[in-house]
Amino acid sequence: MSGVTVAPSEVAVHHEGAGPPARPPLEFEIVPRKGLIVVAVVFVVLIVAIASNKLWPLMFLHVAGGAAWTIIDLFLGFVLGPILGRLSIPARIEVVTKLMPKMLIIMPTVVTVALAAGWQLGNKLGFVLSQSPNHGWVVASFIVVGVMAIVALGLLEPANIAVLVELKKPQPRPEVIERLMKRFIYSAGITGAMQIATLVIMTRLASG
Amino acid sequence: MSAVSAHSTVEEPRLPPVTEIGMASLALIVAGGIYLSSHIPEHVPLTPAIILLALSALLLAGNLAALSRVQGFAWARFFQIARWSLLAYAITAGLIEFAFLEDHLSGGPLVVLTLSLVVYAVHVPMLIAFTVARYEVPAAA
Repeated sequence: MSGVTVAPSEVAVHHEGAGPPARPPLEFEIVPRKGLIVVAVVFVVLIVAIASNKLWPLMFLHVAGGAAWTIIDLFLGFVLGPILGRLSIPARIEVVTKLMPKMLIIMPTVVTVALAAGWQLGNKLGFVLSQSPNHGWVVASFIVVGVMAIVALGLLEPANIAVLVELKKPQPRPEVIERLMKRFIYSAGITGAMQIATLVIMTRLASG
Repeated sequence: MSAVSAHSTVEEPRLPPVTEIGMASLALIVAGGIYLSSHIPEHVPLTPAIILLALSALLLAGNLAALSRVQGFAWARFFQIARWSLLAYAITAGLIEFAFLEDHLSGGPLVVLTLSLVVYAVHVPMLIAFTVARYEVPAAA
């Protein structure tokens, strides 16, 4: 994974008391409000699917949410992340300010949908029961998801939000953005690698 | 581009290891959750899960106490981010709780998992708010 470097000369650098004049803040929404409507609709569908406890809606939400989660993590960790690290600063800022607000609402949504529907589906199919022949694989998936959740919740998500808040400031500090972007990209790489384990476990479970 | 590494360091006050402690706290409740859910529907001794939850809650309390002692921390920014994150993570915790209730989970395991969700719904917003606020430059600077 390439390191993320920031040239201080390429963006307004904050020097206490002696900095360049502040530029107007970048125009973007940290949390895209229109997207929250879609999130609300998805969550309502999830609640209805869990309450109805029917196989197809649960399977659809688990597979759709899980596939989106896996593919986005792999793509971000191994394709987009390294590319992002090599872009020029203006290009990187443009990508970050357009991509990261969307990630901020997409990822928690697909993760919640995949996990909640998956838990209900596992109950319905009996996979989560300790006497199930696939129980070992299910517990393995709990562990993989647990590790990914800790990395995502403790490192990735906070870095995502902090980068956006920093970029919104009139004088964003390149050293702060560099540190947070490194953290974001390395965390995405770790969760991307863990997703390969998820693929192995889920295809093994689906094969019976 | 000719990417030049920014060698300047981020100047910030000495801060407690909030992120590290927060991740340890999350790891403990995740371990407790995996322990409980891997034994369903058998009767499961709750003691290990309770110990993990108690340690996680202790780390959360210690984290809050350590952060509250930091002089000149950007509390306005911290609470601005924390309250919205708290709302978001309370909703996701509520959805997970709903799934547990739909599965007729009850008694001790439900109490332990519910309290674990409370720790999760408080600690994650705290980590997000801390990460944002630690880089806030005081207005007077």
